[in-house]
Amino acid sequence: MAYSDKVLDHYENPRNVGTLDKNDPNVGTGMVGAPACGDVMKLMIKVNDAGIIEDAKFKTYGCGSAIASSSLVTEWLKGKTIDEAYAIKNSAIAEELALPPVKIHCSVLAEDAIKAAVADIKAKQLAKVSA
Amino acid sequence: MWRKLYSLSSNLSSNLALSLGSNHFELFGLSPKFNIELATLESNFRKIQSESHPDRFVSASSAEKLQSMQLATHANEAYQILKNPANRAKYLLELQGIEAISETNTAMPLDFLMQQMEWRESLEDAKAAKDINALENLLREMQQEAKLLQSEIAVLIDQKQDYTSATDATRKLIFINKVVVDINKAIEQLEANL
Repeated sequence: MAYSDKVLDHYENPRNVGTLDKNDPNVGTGMVGAPACGDVMKLMIKVNDAGIIEDAKFKTYGCGSAIASSSLVTEWLKGKTIDEAYAIKNSAIAEELALPPVKIHCSVLAEDAIKAAVADIKAKQLAKVSA
Repeated sequence: MWRKLYSLSSNLSSNLALSLGSNHFELFGLSPKFNIELATLESNFRKIQSESHPDRFVSASSAEKLQSMQLATHANEAYQILKNPANRAKYLLELQGIEAISETNTAMPLDFLMQQMEWRESLEDAKAAKDINALENLLREMQQEAKLLQSEIAVLIDQKQDYTSATDATRKLIFINKVVVDINKAIEQLEANL
């Protein structure tokens, strides 16, 4: 199967690979996995007090499309509010990377990782308010 | 069951139709359980393969030729599924109407995903260090994990009929198998370059 140029670009030069301090109250972590292909994806976002995502890092073990999907979303996330991030749809990721139908689940994984990371940061903020 | 069918080979068409319509366990005369007699699976598979071998249908009608070929293909697919524990568990869940690895379900227990990340990182590190011993240790650890999950699945499906928990365990087993395949690939590559 041929990968699109955009997938290859992200796969060969992945953006924002790495981790942030998971104990930082401003950092949210999303971990998801797809048994169908055995992929695991970890996405971390750092949110400032205005609710804007300042930084995003990812670590993904999986196929080229899964790596490209997570790399792409880290680029998209920076500068967005957490609500805007939450609204990112897998179809937009799949369209940007021209993913073939058999690889759509990789974009689903990336969307779910964003939602999990946003849920984590919201839970942390709630804990901060009630503390 | 197929043994009886085949002794009545004068009526091949309807027998084949029956065999093709049966589930994978019935095809090999097994009860639908996770713990199966592997020897029975093996010998009944060989038997169907030889009974449906094209050499036996040289002078048969083209319809019979087609049907025997369909049976051989069906038996081969069924055998591959039942032979592999993860595929067998997944198939048993399918018989219950459960799709264990739906592509839209990406939620896995967090501790398991953390563990996956750690295994993947160890695999990458060992690969980078060209450390076959470390890879083999990791492989043994994974095989041990797989064994534990398999006994868990056997209890959950065969004894407790707890298909929800069995689905979670099966998803984990599928994940682990994927890592095992990748470790074996890495070992092969390193050994080829020795």
